[in-house]
Amino acid sequence: MLELLQFSTSELSILGLSLKVALFCILLILIPATAVAWLLARKSFFGKSLLDSLIHLPLVLPPVVPGFLLLLLLGNQGIIGKYLNAYFGISLAFTWMGAVVASAVMAFPLMVRSIRQAISQVDRGLEIAAQSLGAHPLRVFFTITLPLSMSGIITGLILAFSRSMGEFGATITFVGNIENETRTLPLAIYSYTQVPDGDLPALRLVILSVVLALGALMVSDRLERKANQQIGRDHD
Amino acid sequence: MIEVRAQLKRPNFELDATLQLNHRVAAIFGPSGSGKSTLLGVIAGIIKPDNGRVVVNGECLFDSQKRINRPIHERRIGLVFQDGRLFPHLDVQQNLTYALNFIPRDQQQFNFEHIVKLLEIGQLLQQRPHQISGGEKQRVALGRALLSSPRLLMLDEPLASLDERLKNQILPFLKLIADEINIPMIYISHSRKEIMQITNNLINIESGQIKG
Repeated sequence: MLELLQFSTSELSILGLSLKVALFCILLILIPATAVAWLLARKSFFGKSLLDSLIHLPLVLPPVVPGFLLLLLLGNQGIIGKYLNAYFGISLAFTWMGAVVASAVMAFPLMVRSIRQAISQVDRGLEIAAQSLGAHPLRVFFTITLPLSMSGIITGLILAFSRSMGEFGATITFVGNIENETRTLPLAIYSYTQVPDGDLPALRLVILSVVLALGALMVSDRLERKANQQIGRDHD
Repeated sequence: MIEVRAQLKRPNFELDATLQLNHRVAAIFGPSGSGKSTLLGVIAGIIKPDNGRVVVNGECLFDSQKRINRPIHERRIGLVFQDGRLFPHLDVQQNLTYALNFIPRDQQQFNFEHIVKLLEIGQLLQQRPHQISGGEKQRVALGRALLSSPRLLMLDEPLASLDERLKNQILPFLKLIADEINIPMIYISHSRKEIMQITNNLINIESGQIKG
């Protein structure tokens, strides 16, 4: 039994890499996702439903498809990747930063969805009241809309974080399965199941995944409760 | 002091109103659906009329011909709504002082302590909106609007969601503001009884038209 908890240093570095990728993923998408969520919740414009569909595409496509498209776009010979490499020396393919991008694409719709829902629940009357008190719409956004959407933003962060931790298909297609560079938890579990005597380390990593997921859900629940109490809303 | 001309066509409603208010305090009276709140929306900049002009104290806020349309936050019109609209994530004090961030000190007409004392809300300052009663909420909403140093104060059915007993508690405060504070004020209500306690300058509106 005890062997299940004896993590080797290489397993711990897998965990470290996964956390790093997931953390950078949510940092990368938080601001764009909030902006897009606000646009979709509050504005009507030409091409809105197209934008909406495009953002949701990664949710309904097999993950290898976005992974392959990323390779075409951002790979070292890719349409954009070529220039990134030539002018900035940035190489995304087969690096951990590429893993961040791959999971960001997959997590983006989840974050947009929950923030959008939260923003559309904010009473527009409150925003108008704030404007009538002299607040510029941008100030209204930061002082009224955003704080009142906090529980949705927290949910979005946790969902995106978990999605990134669990991302497999797009990641392996775009950045491969390179130890200490792109081999995150799911890739490592998969790799262990492909080698003899890999069952035990695979199981250890599975346990780790379950514990992390449970922890994320519990933290999110606590934070949401707190955010709702702040605005006098009962937990629902 | 206030000059409004507004024409606006919607699928099942039409507003065509011209009015000039020369008294400091006036009331707009009419049944629900008559266009009172639409008129308020036009003056405040919430609703854009198809055609019209809004001038407050000589300053043009909207003119469809000259393509002037000052945004809500530049109009400096204090609003008090039926539902109070206090910011639920801020306490009473933060609600009251919200506008102070946007108004240069030399343009602030009221002193915070003075308003708090006038409206008797000193004991509520640390409370959150969901912890105080409907009547208290409306007093805070009134104070919040006043502290934004508006050039015009508009109250849209401020007592409609309160019961009779609470109405009678708030009315004296409204009267006090109408009588003692030197800000033009438009009071909107469907209740003639309520209005008569505030002012005799009555404008009657019915199905989007001013009836005098």
